[in-house]
Amino acid sequence: MRPFQYERARTLGDAARLVAGADAMAIAGGTNLLDLMKLQVETPGELVDINRAGFAEIEDTDDGGLRIGALATNTATAVHPRVRSDYPVLARAILAGATQQLRNKATTGGNLCQRTRCFYFMNIDQPCNKREPGSGCGAIDGVAKLHAVLGTSDECIATYPGDMAVALSALDGTVQIASVDGAERSVPVRDFHCLPGDTPWRENVLEDGEVIIAVTLPAPVAGVQLYRKVRERSSYAFALVSIAAIVEMRNGVIARADLSFGGLAHKPWHDPRISDLLEDAAPSAQLYDAAADLLLEDARGYGENDFKIPLARRTLHAVLAQAVEDAA
Amino acid sequence: MGETISVNGTQRSLPDDPRITLLDFLRRDLGLTGSKKGCDHGQCGACTVIVNGIRINSCLTLAAMHEGDSVTTIEGLGTPEDPSPLQRAFVDHDGFQCGYCTPGQICSATAMLEELANDWPSDASDDLEGKIEISGEEIRERMSGNLCRCGAYANIVAAIRDAATETSA
Repeated sequence: MRPFQYERARTLGDAARLVAGADAMAIAGGTNLLDLMKLQVETPGELVDINRAGFAEIEDTDDGGLRIGALATNTATAVHPRVRSDYPVLARAILAGATQQLRNKATTGGNLCQRTRCFYFMNIDQPCNKREPGSGCGAIDGVAKLHAVLGTSDECIATYPGDMAVALSALDGTVQIASVDGAERSVPVRDFHCLPGDTPWRENVLEDGEVIIAVTLPAPVAGVQLYRKVRERSSYAFALVSIAAIVEMRNGVIARADLSFGGLAHKPWHDPRISDLLEDAAPSAQLYDAAADLLLEDARGYGENDFKIPLARRTLHAVLAQAVEDAA
Repeated sequence: MGETISVNGTQRSLPDDPRITLLDFLRRDLGLTGSKKGCDHGQCGACTVIVNGIRINSCLTLAAMHEGDSVTTIEGLGTPEDPSPLQRAFVDHDGFQCGYCTPGQICSATAMLEELANDWPSDASDDLEGKIEISGEEIRERMSGNLCRCGAYANIVAAIRDAATETSA
């Protein structure tokens, strides 16, 4: 690791002030950042330890929802009684990711900000427009098995690798953000991450000096919640395709279908047209196919990841069929 | 003494260089070489230690981040004369070949049995709520962060299962 100054933030104000430093980065769980610092992909001059800044609580909101502190660990969230009973898709998504050791350190805020596992991004000897703007993309025409098929650009085809955020997107959570001047703002999880476009280094809407303080979930809704993750081995692997689904049936028709997809894009993918198509429709294989058509109408493979397009279609079929059966 | 950390019940001074990982601090500064450096990137689990009752990868955390914390390493779990139930079970079941991953496996499994006792669900659990029944599938999923290049997995699972039964009996 390159040398850095280490600072400890004891309050939220401390954290925002210190993180606003030009060459400063916040560290919480550190499971992704320290990995990247050892590879010299990240070389902050100042590391601000926010672990004791005091926003780790998970608490009920006045409207029946849940507020998950940015420093709540993935484990604390997944085992929280209300998450297990009211937001099971979130518990399932978290438990499908990483290992117990990593989930014990990883935090809500850090997990939202985790970086892609693109091989070219993680190797400083390779070209990467995300890590070194203008150096090119090694993954296009390269090793691209894990890479995106939706929302890609000529600059970058990396995926957002996480599971938790896919569930938070399906649940329509909101990211609470504080800034150095004391102001707070809220951004829907569905709008928090960016597509690569011609600025692939910009992965989310956080500005300098802003710190995530919590994610808020709306009051729980009726229906079945599922998280299905397709991966190359049955534990401790990133998603090739994953789907978080909340499906409610009423009188034989689909009353609600909130779906978000992982492993396909630079962000958890949510397409409101799919909910519109499915809602008030009677379930059928033709309907699921039409939903997959919508999801994948602009999908583009890059050779090694071509398989993700039919895999996403089949996974969507399987998830909808299971959700409808479970919800009936 | 400055900022301190408790390691196996003894207060120790934290290092001055913030780059030192908890793993390097344990091995290099304290001479506790039971915790192993396999990949140094959180992928193999050989560095697993227990911090404030929770298992973590000591290679992916800085020692400086652990002011006031309480760390247990393999050296703190038992001795050759008085091994912990899991240490004894690993010997009884031949749960290793080269032994390099074993301290991480045993620290990991020690904390895992606590998680099971608290009925924390895993990806292998049918239900998120209620009592968790220990099974080979549950053990394999919960131990997926600890790799064994020798492939002693069958005996590792048997050892953990044995110790789990003994602990809960």
